Amino acid sequence: MTAAIQFDQLRLPPECEKLRAEVRAFIAEETEAGIIKPSGATGGDSFSREFSRKVGAKGWLGMTWPKKYGGHERTFLERYVVTEELRVANAPTRLHFVADRQSGPILLKYAPEHIKMKVLPAICRGECCFAIGMSEPNSGSDLFAARTRATKADGGWLINGTKIWTSNAHQADYMIGLFRTSAPTKENRRHGLTQFLVDMKTKGITCNPVYQITGHHDFNEVVFENAFVPDDHVLGEIDGAWKQATSELAYERSGPERFLETYYVLEELVRVLGPDPDVRGAEGLGRLVAQLHTLRRMSVSVAGMLHAGKEPVLEAAIVKDVGTIWEQRLPHRARELAAFSEPEATNQVPFDKKLAYATTIAPKLTIQGGTTEVLRGIIARGLGLR
Amino acid sequence: MSETSAIVAETAARIFEDLADPQTVNQAKDEGWQAPLWNSLEESGLTLAWVPDALGGAGASLADGFEVVKVAGRFAAAVPLAETLLAGWLLSEAGISSPAGAMTIAPSRWSDDLKIDAAGVLTGKARNVPFGTRAGHIAALADGPSGPVVALVKLGDVRPTEGRNLAGDASVEIAFDKVKAIAHSAAPVGLDRQRLMLLGATVRANQMAGALETVLAITTRYAGERVAFEKPISKFQAVQHNLARLAGETAAAVAAAGSVADTFANGITDDRFFLEAAGAKIRVSEAATEGASIGHQVHGAIGFTKEHILHRFTLRLWSWRDDFGNESDWAVRLGRMIAAKGAEELWPLVASR
Ligand SMILES: Cc1cc2nc3c(=O)[nH]c(=O)nc-3n(C[C@H](O)[C@H](O)[C@H](O)COP(=O)(O)OP(=O)(O)OC[C@H]3O[C@@H](n4cnc5c(N)ncnc54)[C@H](O)[C@@H]3O)c2cc1C
Repeated sequence: MTAAIQFDQLRLPPECEKLRAEVRAFIAEETEAGIIKPSGATGGDSFSREFSRKVGAKGWLGMTWPKKYGGHERTFLERYVVTEELRVANAPTRLHFVADRQSGPILLKYAPEHIKMKVLPAICRGECCFAIGMSEPNSGSDLFAARTRATKADGGWLINGTKIWTSNAHQADYMIGLFRTSAPTKENRRHGLTQFLVDMKTKGITCNPVYQITGHHDFNEVVFENAFVPDDHVLGEIDGAWKQATSELAYERSGPERFLETYYVLEELVRVLGPDPDVRGAEGLGRLVAQLHTLRRMSVSVAGMLHAGKEPVLEAAIVKDVGTIWEQRLPHRARELAAFSEPEATNQVPFDKKLAYATTIAPKLTIQGGTTEVLRGIIARGLGLR
Repeated sequence: MSETSAIVAETAARIFEDLADPQTVNQAKDEGWQAPLWNSLEESGLTLAWVPDALGGAGASLADGFEVVKVAGRFAAAVPLAETLLAGWLLSEAGISSPAGAMTIAPSRWSDDLKIDAAGVLTGKARNVPFGTRAGHIAALADGPSGPVVALVKLGDVRPTEGRNLAGDASVEIAFDKVKAIAHSAAPVGLDRQRLMLLGATVRANQMAGALETVLAITTRYAGERVAFEKPISKFQAVQHNLARLAGETAAAVAAAGSVADTFANGITDDRFFLEAAGAKIRVSEAATEGASIGHQVHGAIGFTKEHILHRFTLRLWSWRDDFGNESDWAVRLGRMIAAKGAEELWPLVASR
């Protein structure tokens, strides 16, 4: 009976703890200056050019990338610490987050040298916002149903079609888009899609806001009408995007952002319950803390295994599945536990406000970046079931 | 895992494979398999892994011992290995030599109330003492006139009641009616009831993580073998998603149990250990509730039979939730600690390792 699931034990090395102290000091300054609003937790103001530039200046963007692209050649564990501290502090990271986590690594791997030299340093400075153009009106979980076309033209490609749910598109400098360059084949329905780097200022691109149930404008419909993308903006193999998706996924799936998105509710719950909660409140709080602690240890362990050159693909998918379910459930659980709190509790007002916000955004947590059902299919594959 | 830990784990796994294969044990007509297994574990030094050479043990590291515990959980074998390890640790902490043979430990419940006087005479009651009829000795932590005292009692000197846990393993009530300990000594500073319960919780959490690993393994295998509607049931998405959830619960258990074992093995005994140990017992017990239920669902009726090995794991998982503090109990204690520290201290504690 061999163990299929492995979580190596990891104690973050001393350089991480030194870095953590620096990040906390920075957060304290930014909170003092009113840039980070711990009482905020309302999402809409999470985009800050000033803040992202400061994070870049600290050397906390592109942390693991080569120095020649503006990176800092630090470890994934150090990046982990920065990510979790900024997330817990509710820092406005919207501008740089996708670029730093997801888009930069794709460019590093697939973009031609001159593009890397141009774009990656801008990401590292915190000046470059990215959007991900995958979903379409008729292609969500089933990415391979994408229809937005890229047709060959002189020196490049003409894009026509519509992407939707594109977060940040209205503020982004670039999109990494997935477009159809050939029809799928009978043998391989995944064939025929290609990844492109798209400058969002290109003529023929229109961004239409789609308002979310919070009332905020975070994602968009992006319409392409003969938008021209030059040849050197092709990322990787033409028609072969399906081969490219996998390797970074473990990083993307298992980070602290996969369970900390509603963390502020837990902290506020501690305040509402007070220093001496009744048995019911104490038990509920204790369970939530045990669950959070476990998730973090799982996530840190995956980071450590990645750092050691292992490929914990199954473990990473599990972190995202268990983590997103937890952060989604958290506001509802906090509501139950606070049901008998004193209405005069000093933080009742901020608690109610944050709870309302977290409750409203909770549904998206198990949809964005791949639904629970899709993720469980991936876990099932990791278990050898399909 | 260090190289020695890996070797120790391998040794333990080989012994269990040879002498406590779940299928064979499950079909055995009597308990005759237990003696050869126990002898082999004892000969290889695994039962007293946490006892230094000078006190009659094998002097292995804490980390090695936790590996043994986890392997034992993977086989869910009904022998007091974890209890003997814990008992040996407790005695050693107070400088008492460990006797040969199986031991058990008290208290395993918060409500137990054991007292000892200056002459080493014990009074009080311990409930749900695991393997309390099978062991030769009991290592107990009792309240003495000037603080906690570790005592070694011969099982022959007390009269345990009958009692079994869900899986049929002895779990008995022992009344200490002015029983004289054969050895006793003041517990060292820091070793109190809570520390013992935390370590007991850590040990049980590791056994449970091992048992969940097996539930996942046999359930996944069964789903690939069982055919319904002309295909293996593993091809049904509903079954796949159940197994994915079982994998999630198993992963949480493995991660939490491994983490607290690593914490304790590295000499951390402050609030961080409290969070780790209480947190692990809570989360692993929740995983046991969910995970074992999924294991049964996927197995259908066959998993509900005495003949199938699944119950060896699921029933122990459910029973072990109650030893050394159940999840509700630890959750109240952990919740109170977090509440008393206040909101600002929560994240620094969670992120302290
Ligand atoms: C807040 C937010 C931000 C987003 N940002 C972006 C972005 O920046 N860029 C981008 O490209 N996309 C983005 N998305 C889109 C997201 O990736 C999709 O919503 C997601 O992939 C699901 O697709 P869908 O909404 O079309 O749902 P569908 O695929 O239609 O699914 C509907 C339901 O059916 C289930 N289902 C579908 N297929 C299966 C199957 N095979 N087995 C079992 N169940 C199945 C799903 O799990 C789901 O429950 C965002 C979404 C949200 C909510």
